Amino acid sequence: MTTLAPYRPELHTGRDGFAQLLRAEWTKFRTVRGWVIGMIAALLVIVGIGALTGANSDCGSQMGPNAPTLACPAPPTGPGGEWVTDSFYFVRQPLAGNGSITVRVTSLTGLYSTHGVTAAGAGSPTAGMTPGVQPWSKAGIIVKASTRQGAAYAAMMVTGSHGVRMQWDFTHDVTGLAGTVSAASPRWLRLTRDGDTVTGYDSADGAHWTRIGTATLTGLPSATQAGLFAASPGYSVNTTSLGGGSAKGGPTLATGTFDQVSRQGAWPAARWTGQDLQGTMDPALPASAQGFTQAGDQLTVSGSGDIAPATDNTDSVKQTLAGTFAGLIAVVVIGTMFMTVEYRRGLIRTTLTASPRRGRVLAAKAIVLAAATFAAGLVAAAVTIPLGEHLLHQNGNPIPPVTALTWLQVVVGTAALLAVSAVLGLAVGTLLRRSAGAVTAVIAGIVLPYLLATVPGILPVGAEQWLLRVTPAAGFAVQQTLTPYAQVNTVYTPGTGYFPLSPWAGFAVLCAWAAAALALALFLLRRRDA
Amino acid sequence: MTDVVHAEWTKLRTLPGTGWLLLAAAALTAVVGAIAANAVTCPPGSICQIDPAKVSLTGIDLGQAIVAIVAVTVISGEYSTGMIRLTLTATPSRWRLLAAKGAVVSAVTLVTGAVAVLASVLAGGWLLARHDLTAAHGYEVLSLGNGTVLRAAAGSVLYLGLIALLSLGVAAAVRDSAVAIGVVLALLFLFPILSSVITSPGWHRHLEQLSPMTAGLYIQATTSVRSLPLTPWQGLGVLAAWAAGAMLAGALVLRFRDA
Repeated sequence: MTTLAPYRPELHTGRDGFAQLLRAEWTKFRTVRGWVIGMIAALLVIVGIGALTGANSDCGSQMGPNAPTLACPAPPTGPGGEWVTDSFYFVRQPLAGNGSITVRVTSLTGLYSTHGVTAAGAGSPTAGMTPGVQPWSKAGIIVKASTRQGAAYAAMMVTGSHGVRMQWDFTHDVTGLAGTVSAASPRWLRLTRDGDTVTGYDSADGAHWTRIGTATLTGLPSATQAGLFAASPGYSVNTTSLGGGSAKGGPTLATGTFDQVSRQGAWPAARWTGQDLQGTMDPALPASAQGFTQAGDQLTVSGSGDIAPATDNTDSVKQTLAGTFAGLIAVVVIGTMFMTVEYRRGLIRTTLTASPRRGRVLAAKAIVLAAATFAAGLVAAAVTIPLGEHLLHQNGNPIPPVTALTWLQVVVGTAALLAVSAVLGLAVGTLLRRSAGAVTAVIAGIVLPYLLATVPGILPVGAEQWLLRVTPAAGFAVQQTLTPYAQVNTVYTPGTGYFPLSPWAGFAVLCAWAAAALALALFLLRRRDA
Repeated sequence: MTDVVHAEWTKLRTLPGTGWLLLAAAALTAVVGAIAANAVTCPPGSICQIDPAKVSLTGIDLGQAIVAIVAVTVISGEYSTGMIRLTLTATPSRWRLLAAKGAVVSAVTLVTGAVAVLASVLAGGWLLARHDLTAAHGYEVLSLGNGTVLRAAAGSVLYLGLIALLSLGVAAAVRDSAVAIGVVLALLFLFPILSSVITSPGWHRHLEQLSPMTAGLYIQATTSVRSLPLTPWQGLGVLAAWAAGAMLAGALVLRFRDA
């Protein structure tokens, strides 16, 4: 009788930790030549399309086929670094050091033109205009660092239909007394300058005052320009049907009537100076239409234009990243194949034998795929934006200033957008097990809604915004660098570059889709036979 | 040749997914078109730039993606299972095989497309009428009796057929279904995105003229046709050229590469 020794393999049993699983999936990923080539191709195509876009986008209009294109002037820059519109009629005096100005406003009236810019030289520049005040027509008092375009300021004003407001440095807007101004219901406004701060007050009776806000204007010079102003932004009708929200309209005029002007502090000048501050591109009326009259105690100021952040900019950063779509299609294909190929080749059975806990297999695949895609996307975005903007700049396109934080949001956001889309592809690939259906579902789910929503003339604006709220295409909001402002009446639609959701909220919608698809994939992966 | 077509028809007909996908293509085309038609509003008293035919046929944008799945699978599916070797043993002439596949897949697509387009036009006509966007208010009559609308509707059916041939050709050339569908969707969707960001007028126009989807869908335009960079039929011709190019590339790869 011989006893047989049980077989003992010489190989030691390896650990089946998650790190090993990650390593296994990484090995699979990097050794499939097509996927690595695809990932590099995705990176290159994003950069290439960015360069193509930058090199072939001229600003301005060409007068003839061989005429040179005109460079577009850049708007003035405000104290916060953003582009601004700084165009209004200013009735000013120098104010030396600290001081304050108080006025009573008894009326705000306006004129607007429904058919574009009034022809110059055709009699009075306001001939043929319709009486009426715009929602954001404004008249009030202002303290401004200088008359330079984009200089720091703080202002208290009455508006057409948004009550009393305090605004400063273009982007800040605080609500004061509600209601419209009239002789029966006048408004008292006061601005007090103390060092770097300017505080605004309003009152309905001239006796009881409410503090509206305090603006800190860093570096405000000792000698400022202060006084009365009037401005009225261009009239616009938003065509909210098809065509993506086109706006028509023309310049408008606002006229404010002031009295009981009282000043404290050192005001060295003897009288008021009227000046039409005008930007180069604003749809404002000519200087001859604006002005001020003084009759005893009463001052009447008429002005056109707006003091506000510029909102009709081209989103240059987003424009350079148009290739993200091409990259996205490539990474979705790779992400889907990362799972479907296992089913086609039967490798999934080996994979699941080696690691029977199926949730961990899916997690490992998702992590490897997301990490690889994120890295490629990060490089692509970080190279494409400066390259594309450089080329755009060379072609005479003004580049809207973008803060470092926004730049980082777009670069990291684009990489994350690609990574999450690839994971969505992986999850749908796990659900359907078939490549063609999974790739189509994900690409049609992300790219098609974006296309329908942003190419004007396909859908009404309401439907466009709905698409960019609920579909995975909402994630592209993360590439937006334009900021919508409630105090500026513009067409804020996907067609003009404004997503309905904020950048990270939009990205969260995409993440929710990916999370839901992963959860369902996990459920089915555990339930179904491989 | 009849036998080859018959064999391809049997294969396509007996696959479990085909019927469902074609049904989904028709249903989604009609539903998306109806949603778009229902979403269109025009403030009373104003005149809006609405193209009733184009709006009602918006669903083609989605339907084409599903048609592409069917067409790609017709050949990629054979490569993934190894069936292609059996098929080529039975039909050694690769030109005839691809022609037969093209005939079968475009025929089923045309039938599906005709159903989808008819449903879209009927639904669109009913929904637009509910919003008072009718001929009485100065809009184009959405009826197949109207020559331009008939051109838009019949052209949309042909558009789907050409998309099927384009997809089949690409799939024959690249073989893998995921890559093939990725290439097809990139060809369709990338041109409109590029032409929306490239602002140089010449490039913008050329990209629109070259785009298989943008130019192909000019066939749906019934209002302001003159402002398009190409006439509707020229636009569909651009897509036909893409489809022919893809089929040729597919045929050459099929002919000169081992299966």
